[in-house]
Amino acid sequence: MGRPAILLTSFAVIGVLLAACGDNAPAATVTDGPVTITLVAYDSFPTKDTALNTALATFTAQTDITVNIVTAGDAGTMVTKAELTAGNPEGDVMWGVDNTLLSAATDGKIFADAPTVVDFGDVCVNYDIAWFQQHQLTPPVTLDDLIEPEYKDLLVVQNPASSSPGLAFLLATIAASGEGGWQTYWKSLKANGVEVTESWDSAYYERFSGSAGSTGNKPLVVSYGSSPPAEVVFADPPRTDAPTGVAAGTCFRQIEYAGVLRGTKHPEAARRLVQFLTTPTFQQELPLTLFVYPANTAVALPDVFQQFAVVPTDPYTLEPADIAAHREQWQDEWNGIVLR
Amino acid sequence: MAGRVERDRAALNRLPRWAVPALAALPAGGLALFFAYPVGTLLTRVLRPGSVTDVLRAPGLAGVLWFTVWQAVVSTVLTLVVGFAPAYVLARYRFTGRRAVLAAVTVPFMLPTVVVGAAFVALLPANWHGTARAVVAAHVFFNIAVVVRLLGSMWAVVPEGITAAARTLGASPWHLLRHVVLPLLRPGLWASATVVFLFTFTSFGTVRLLGGPAHATLEVEIARRATQLGDVDGAAVLSVLQLLVLGAVVWWSSRFQRRTAVQLPGARSLRRARSREQRRLVGTVAAVATIVMATPLVVMVSRSFRLGGRWSMAAWRTLGHTEVRPGVSLGVDPLASLFVSLRFAALAALLSVVIGALAALAIGSARRHGRLLDVGLMLPLGTSAVTIGLGILIAFDTAPIDWRAKWWLIPVGHALVATPFVVRALVPVLRAIPAEQRNAAAVLGASPWRAWWAVDVRRISAPLVGAVGLAAAISLGEFGATTFLTRSGRETLPIAIARLLTRAGETPRAQGFALATMLLVATALIIVIAERRVFGEGSVLDARGA
Repeated sequence: MGRPAILLTSFAVIGVLLAACGDNAPAATVTDGPVTITLVAYDSFPTKDTALNTALATFTAQTDITVNIVTAGDAGTMVTKAELTAGNPEGDVMWGVDNTLLSAATDGKIFADAPTVVDFGDVCVNYDIAWFQQHQLTPPVTLDDLIEPEYKDLLVVQNPASSSPGLAFLLATIAASGEGGWQTYWKSLKANGVEVTESWDSAYYERFSGSAGSTGNKPLVVSYGSSPPAEVVFADPPRTDAPTGVAAGTCFRQIEYAGVLRGTKHPEAARRLVQFLTTPTFQQELPLTLFVYPANTAVALPDVFQQFAVVPTDPYTLEPADIAAHREQWQDEWNGIVLR
Repeated sequence: MAGRVERDRAALNRLPRWAVPALAALPAGGLALFFAYPVGTLLTRVLRPGSVTDVLRAPGLAGVLWFTVWQAVVSTVLTLVVGFAPAYVLARYRFTGRRAVLAAVTVPFMLPTVVVGAAFVALLPANWHGTARAVVAAHVFFNIAVVVRLLGSMWAVVPEGITAAARTLGASPWHLLRHVVLPLLRPGLWASATVVFLFTFTSFGTVRLLGGPAHATLEVEIARRATQLGDVDGAAVLSVLQLLVLGAVVWWSSRFQRRTAVQLPGARSLRRARSREQRRLVGTVAAVATIVMATPLVVMVSRSFRLGGRWSMAAWRTLGHTEVRPGVSLGVDPLASLFVSLRFAALAALLSVVIGALAALAIGSARRHGRLLDVGLMLPLGTSAVTIGLGILIAFDTAPIDWRAKWWLIPVGHALVATPFVVRALVPVLRAIPAEQRNAAAVLGASPWRAWWAVDVRRISAPLVGAVGLAAAISLGEFGATTFLTRSGRETLPIAIARLLTRAGETPRAQGFALATMLLVATALIIVIAERRVFGEGSVLDARGA
């Protein structure tokens, strides 16, 4: 067999493989009959086989609008992509921009209309219940507790420059101590032996002692208010109590939005989908798939959430515009105080 | 005088002038379409007049640059030193379990950092967490495979006769190494140093996982700007800076590789250790390498069997469907991702081997501009995945080339990453062909094409088979570029693993490790099979009667 023959064979094989893999991407054309629209979401949004996807199928059955899900990376990456493609978007609706990224998204560039609140969650300090029992110590409740000497060398946080819960925790301290006071708070936290990791998973699984199967030895970590129910839901063998608890006075409220992307070819169908995302049919499935709270208050929470999740009555929060204006400066300042 | 003789000899059996451009057309075209065009589009879209000065004035940039260069240099030197002995033993000796050792040494390089890194972290002493030395140690661990592969492929063709002659003439082992072996190996040393430098300079996962927040490389800073701050123009400036540095390094090193190229006959000599000293050397090196390289892998595998503080198969039992437990699903289908990955790997391997072989033959036959293609094909490795990913997103977004949701961009992306390895594996082999072989073919009446076919193409056919495996394994483990190209329902194995590992709750995490174990097994199998085809009994090399 000569060289050209080998080459031809290779291309033929590639061709067959390409054909075998198929191409399910929908054509982006406007048609009169059934419509397919694309929902852009962060990558922990499930694309198939969950209760959320079943709910979306109900929507399709009711409206003849098929929803194709495209995942676009973590929330930050998703917003960056949306900004780059503003006006000629990757999809028709976007799910999951949160208030720490929102003002980048609401200056009229990305969304056609003002986005709608779809869910919320809290970033809070979690504690290892067994560790505190063993050491006969009361777990901390507030941010000020964390700088007390009895909690020295116990806390792991994430770098706000690279981790979204890390940023939320920094914002909680800024909301608590004010723009002139948070620097002093972090100096005390540093003096009290705070440890910093780059990502949530290395803090939660490698450093924190409370997560099941962890190798860590620190009993306090910045995580989510819904981490304890997640520990219960995913425990194997099943367990009836949570291994971790939440320090309710340390929480920052993250609010997630969904909206119609500017430049969509199907504005009407896209608006109907956004509307559907706030209905109880869809909202009731949020807690056990995304581990967030439904924005629709008519929806009852599952038992495991009522038992083990903590919804703080008065979580810290900041204006999205304020966050956008100062985020980089705060991160740089934090860097100077904590890491140098 | 000598110069003229060289020229005359070279002219004796030259391919027609259009041969090199014809060979280079596909590789160069692919590179232009899927690399240069997207990156160029991104740069022209986002750069503003003030971007460069803004970024270069940012506080902390000097520190990032310094750490990037420092850790890359230290990691590269250490990897060469540590990898030298295993490269030698694996390239020269035939021994029981050789392929298993080779697989153990190579697998960590092929697996995504998020997987091996997590096990590596568990093994490091606590006072190493978040330190520069942890980063360097992990880099050495991950990149030893490069030295074993690239230096080893060179070492495999050093004829035993030369070293035996030197010994007979009274050379001490040190003298032999310094004056005979090292000069012969120099192209392989340069090649592996370049690749390790490239990888450690652009290190992302390892630095994030092990370096802690006090250590950031340029790559980490680029990702942070683009994905956390939305500062795409700043990220683009830094990408260009990184590309310039790496382009210069690769250009410079390829010059050295050319200059130090040695011509060796194709004889490959895997032999059994004879003297007691040799046996001891082979045994020690093989044992140490296996234990060191396999320990994190064993930790990783064992974690897939640990649930609720005891041994359990639960994570494995639930792999076949998306439900983690009745009624609860995360929408990640572990087994489906395995098949997606295998299909992509087959495609990426085919693409990169065809393109890589054409490129290597073009580079091998080119008189002057070969280096341009050589360096050009390396550039995607040195370019931040963020930059390529965002570039592709906005470059292919208007009909008729609205390719944004096309699944085949993923294997194409993998081929971009794998092709330079194929080229790196083939070019030194081609450069090592003595001119006499081509001339002999001409003297015996072969046309230039016939001689080229009989000498050049035949010579790379054996390493080419190995390169298929290499490319497939790279595709299986590729993570960075895939994160930007992946689409719903077509998650690759590493993407599915990352999603499972970054969930709160024990079962998804154990599932992630179970899936990582499958990735490990698949990668190891591919390496062993490819190796068998090249070096095993009745393999291509043996059949060639070399």
